[in-house]
Amino acid sequence: MTALKKIYQSLITKWQAITEYRFFLPAFFIVGLLFCIVVSCFDLMDQYIQLILMYIGINIILTVSLNLINGYMGEFSVGHAGFMAIGAYIASLLTIGVFPQSSGSFFFPLAVLAGGIGAALIGFLVAIPSFKTRGDYLAIVTLAFGMIVKSIIENIDAIGGPRGLLGMDKLSTLPWVFFWTALSVWIIRNLVYSNFGRGVLSIREDEIASDLMSVNTRQVKVIVFVVSSFFAGIAGGLFAHVLQYINPRMFDIIKSTDILIMVYLGGIGSIAGSILGAVIYTVLLEVLRPLGVWRMVFMPLMLVLLMIYRPRGIMGLRESRLFTPISDLLSMKFHRQKKEADNASS
Amino acid sequence: MPLLEIKALSHNFEGLRAVSDFNLNLAEHELVGVIGPNGAGKTTVFNLITGVYRASEGNIRFAGQELVGQTPHRITKLGIARTFQNIRLFRELSVLDNVRIAHYAQAAYSPLEALLHLGRYRSEEKRITDHALELLSVFKIDAFAFEHSKNLPYGLQRKLEIARALATNPQLLLLDEPAAGMNPNEIMQLMEFIRWIRKTFHLTILLIEHQMRLVMGICERLVVLDFGATIAAGLPVEIQNNPKVLEAYLGGEIVK
Amino acid sequence: MIYILQQALNALQLGSIYALIALGYTMVYGILTMINFAHGDLFMVGAFFCFLIAVYLKLSFVPTLLLSMLGVASLGVIIERFAYKPLRNAPRVSAIITALGVGLFLENFTLALSPYPQHIPTLINSTTWNLGGVSVSSLQIIIIVLSLALMFILDFIVQRTKVGMAMRAISWDKTIVPLMGVPVNKIISLTFAIGTGLGGAAGVMYGLAYPVIDPYMGIMVGWKAFISAVVGGIGNIRGAMIGGFILGSVEIMVAAFLPSTYRDVVSFALLLILLIFRPYGILGKPHPQKV
Repeated sequence: MTALKKIYQSLITKWQAITEYRFFLPAFFIVGLLFCIVVSCFDLMDQYIQLILMYIGINIILTVSLNLINGYMGEFSVGHAGFMAIGAYIASLLTIGVFPQSSGSFFFPLAVLAGGIGAALIGFLVAIPSFKTRGDYLAIVTLAFGMIVKSIIENIDAIGGPRGLLGMDKLSTLPWVFFWTALSVWIIRNLVYSNFGRGVLSIREDEIASDLMSVNTRQVKVIVFVVSSFFAGIAGGLFAHVLQYINPRMFDIIKSTDILIMVYLGGIGSIAGSILGAVIYTVLLEVLRPLGVWRMVFMPLMLVLLMIYRPRGIMGLRESRLFTPISDLLSMKFHRQKKEADNASS
Repeated sequence: MPLLEIKALSHNFEGLRAVSDFNLNLAEHELVGVIGPNGAGKTTVFNLITGVYRASEGNIRFAGQELVGQTPHRITKLGIARTFQNIRLFRELSVLDNVRIAHYAQAAYSPLEALLHLGRYRSEEKRITDHALELLSVFKIDAFAFEHSKNLPYGLQRKLEIARALATNPQLLLLDEPAAGMNPNEIMQLMEFIRWIRKTFHLTILLIEHQMRLVMGICERLVVLDFGATIAAGLPVEIQNNPKVLEAYLGGEIVK
Repeated sequence: MIYILQQALNALQLGSIYALIALGYTMVYGILTMINFAHGDLFMVGAFFCFLIAVYLKLSFVPTLLLSMLGVASLGVIIERFAYKPLRNAPRVSAIITALGVGLFLENFTLALSPYPQHIPTLINSTTWNLGGVSVSSLQIIIIVLSLALMFILDFIVQRTKVGMAMRAISWDKTIVPLMGVPVNKIISLTFAIGTGLGGAAGVMYGLAYPVIDPYMGIMVGWKAFISAVVGGIGNIRGAMIGGFILGSVEIMVAAFLPSTYRDVVSFALLLILLIFRPYGILGKPHPQKV
């Protein structure tokens, strides 16, 4: 028993040391990217597994970005799939119609980026009515927004209307998905651990007090909306080029609910939680596939039970050391050591 | 010129007159108290000054700037900070973050720098964190820097609220019932504490209080509100013997 | 003119169904400040109960309606007791997510049991009269009159009875009212029973008017009813009725003058515009904030 405890202790210490090492995350990123490139170039992995990994990546982007609004800021947005749709359609139209098909893979990042920017612009517009209203009304605004996006796409025949859009090449590859996933996690982590990120948290805790402590709540909300919808757009662009076919029904309220489930499963206000939620949900959906329709009965039941017994999700409001900036880890460590020294001397 | 100049300030809630014709001049470095029975409109005056409510009538000028119509964060940035009657800390956040949040307006880096953790981000974050920790150690709550603020004992929560308000770098501090829930001994300590922060941080202080002991002990001037109207103003000694004030506090019959 | 009258009648029919569902949203919101996102699916369950009772018990219209209402109301109370009550003191978002989960569960459970759309048998032999060019069916009249009657009964309960007073009191203040001896849990259960029961009634009537029913029918109708509640001012019972009729009229009007695919865009856009100018809806009042 004590031996086990010792091993556990030493593992914890090692983990702490690793996370305090400045080059750990960049190294992890490079190794991961190289791994993905090798796997996809030499086809070392089953295509189906690669597909699942890509879905996981896309879901991580969606979950982390929605967590920014619903978890960190404590507002309630249900229109994430709408932003995803905008990104998906912009990126697809660019790769099909604008960029030369022959060098598609070269222009692909640009197309995805354009999708993200388009979604971000719309996100900026949605942020405006959300200032006028408080609390639950954001849910209503974003809900209406999602419905409007779907309806508008259905009414534009030039982009396929309700039939959808096809003809994209399979441009989303494992390395690209990994790259965008890592980028979105990194940028959202950065935002959370900044002046603006603290503003976001303070809005969740007490919006009035936050305003009175000099936080420009409007500015914070705009930033959050723009960043969140940007990454939803990116995820949409990637999604469209995995599936090579999109239609407006893919981005309806059920899709938004899926993303919400991942956010609340993994845990609000936590990047590690978002990743966990996206992985668990995506894998579970695949594993339970033999259950057929009953799978879709089981999932919401799980969500309800989760909310009752753990309303903030698995990692709710807690963060892994992996995603805490090193400066914070070090000042925490310094503080702890100082406290221990004080206790020892007294 | 006074630091804060309130002229003919009035406010209505759906026809109910919460504050009417309130006037107050605060000179720099003064310590003034607003007293009055429950529901007299004291906190409303604070909410009007800090921009939580927009005044129906009247003017509030602070260091030459008109405050009516400005948003709360702008007013805080101009140099007015406050605490709350019922403590409003960011409960799920660390003590350190509570104070760091109040540096929002002072952080000199752009959203883009924040997203990439580049440019001025590092130096500014270090400056803010150091300043916040320094404030916490001045207030002797630095030992709790990484605890959730909801886990602090009540007295320290009150202290943290003042530290957080001071982190916005104010000239004028508004204290809303700082002595609520304190025993006489603690009130004595609080009086010392208020005098001390005024000196150390070069503050002008306006405070709302029920505890006569505190108000009479440290305030240089008093304003008495009853049903939104100013019924008396002057030195504590004058207020103590003012029949109108006694009537408002104790009820008419006793005086007669 | 005749065309307009005809459309007005259609609007009245659709609006009364929206209004009935909107009442459920608004009553629950009023008492718990919670958006019961499963309400649209309870409406769907109402239609399915109607189908089951009509097909297997072969009852006539009135007992079918009453039994369906009773069934949906019991389901609503059970859901409140087991899924929402444990979350009463949790963050409000958890309750909303739970409601979304319950809604999905109801949809998919129904789908698992009934993978194909079902057809509700004719319960009312509808006759159509022609009044000066306007065709009026007896079914339409029944739907409109019955809905209005239910709404008046509800309004009477809420405004004039002791139970209604307790409901209004709880929605006003949740800390003091229990101390006054109001049995909060019972009143909340009753509110759910009435709100969801009305949703069930709407399900039955919708099923009679549009007899092909499927497990996902509650989503869109539910959202529309929810919008009605918001337009009227969520938490306000009369507002929900007004909102329902407004939304019904707008939809019928859009469908009359534009391609029907624009219906949803227009109604949702209308909601957004309204919220910009009247953030609390037509009859809603902003809650003063305490600082």
